[in-house]
Amino acid sequence: MIIAENVFKSFGETKVLKGISTNFYAGKNNLIIGKSGAGKTVLLKLLVGLLSPTQGRILYGDRDFTAMDENAKRAIRMEVGMLFQGSALFDSMTVEENIRFPLDMFTNKTKKEKLDRVNYCLDRVEMVGVNDRYPSETSGGMQKRVGIARAIVLEPKYLFCDEPNSGLDPKTALLIDELIQSITYENNITTVINTHDMNSVMGIGDNIALLNEGQIAWQGNKDEVMDTDNSFLENFIFASPFLQRLRSDALANRRS
Amino acid sequence: MFKSLFFHIGQYLLLLKQALSRPEKPAMYWKEMMRQMNDIGIGSLIIICLISVFIGAVTAVQFSYQLQDSFIPAYYIGYIVRDTTIIEMAPMITCLVLAGKVGSNIAAEIGGMRQKEHIDAMEIMGVNTAAYLITPKVLAAIVVIPMLVCIAAFMSISGGLIASVAGGMITQAEYVLGLQSFFVPYNVFMMFVKAVVFAFILTSVAAYQGYYVKGGSIELGAASTQAVVYSNILILLSDYMIAMLLTQ
Repeated sequence: MIIAENVFKSFGETKVLKGISTNFYAGKNNLIIGKSGAGKTVLLKLLVGLLSPTQGRILYGDRDFTAMDENAKRAIRMEVGMLFQGSALFDSMTVEENIRFPLDMFTNKTKKEKLDRVNYCLDRVEMVGVNDRYPSETSGGMQKRVGIARAIVLEPKYLFCDEPNSGLDPKTALLIDELIQSITYENNITTVINTHDMNSVMGIGDNIALLNEGQIAWQGNKDEVMDTDNSFLENFIFASPFLQRLRSDALANRRS
Repeated sequence: MFKSLFFHIGQYLLLLKQALSRPEKPAMYWKEMMRQMNDIGIGSLIIICLISVFIGAVTAVQFSYQLQDSFIPAYYIGYIVRDTTIIEMAPMITCLVLAGKVGSNIAAEIGGMRQKEHIDAMEIMGVNTAAYLITPKVLAAIVVIPMLVCIAAFMSISGGLIASVAGGMITQAEYVLGLQSFFVPYNVFMMFVKAVVFAFILTSVAAYQGYYVKGGSIELGAASTQAVVYSNILILLSDYMIAMLLTQ
């Protein structure tokens, strides 16, 4: 579990996060949602330690991540995998080399053991046989899947996904969501997903935190979204007339 | 302006401190260093040879012109070309050229990785990115650039020979006599000191510019240009300081 305790973050005079306190649970898909500029990416960067909070603490279990020096943070990061919005695959390396990179860097496995692990991860994300391709030779959806394979290669306890569905067609986006969900449940990983995608919210949102102007405006799960009386959440999730109609129909069906 | 200067000096020194910490896996650093040695060394060999031959040739022609109608013996051309090359031309011109070629490449490579979140991805994996991305480049340059400078010196002296003999200024025997006259081995030591210092400057300054790049492609271009400009200024400044220190 990851705990954010009264986290503030400012850039100069601009206050981006204003006292975030929330828990991200193990074995669940923890979603951070909110409008652009609400502070989602900043919160995610604070959680992984790419930024430091102005005030407050971030705990990995009972370990205070914010109080650690760089070396101790690096040790925690061995337990972390992250899928970036743009996948962040190394262009000069093949798919296999990309996935093998953390193994080469941090393990003493033999070549065969590494190859077996890489192939297992590729199989897990349904990308068998693309070992020798370069990232530029694969589609956006494939790059995301390779990104997931690289993120899970060291069997992380914590998985962070920054906008995993951005730029993908709805079907591929759904596939990525299902993949993240199954990996989370299988390995009891604490998964934190930063997303704009309402399909993800309604599909895999086990624990959802809605950010607004640097504060948590609502927290709950996907089942509670439908029945919410929080007007901000309502306006955010059911923003289009189509979704509003869908929701009223669903509620009406449930009542009848 | 001074505040900004001190900020950058401080940030540069902190980056170097981080870069010089213990590597996670020496084998990975070794592999990367070999790749960089190939890129910097083999990749720059032709341009360095070409420039050096012409520098030697021009030096010989210019000195021959200066010595016309003087009492100084003609074989001095060989001696002057040799010493100018070893003391100054080979290390400085080679490193100024490499600051443009290798320095801008390093700044663009690391800056591109910063912009595409590759550095963030490595950080999150637990990699000491400053060490992994900078140290192999600096070490590779420190090993390879003195070799390039050595080759540059040889090519420059050869260029002087070709130009002066082919131009009918002096005979080959006279040129060789000049090369053998008044030789001070300490000058070669000075050449290697300069090569090592300049190699460190051109790679570390370029890496610093790339590592902290912010924004988009315009900023990346600016960082690449700044890497070359600042490296050149620092190379010239350190050239003067080394000359002062080693010749007093």
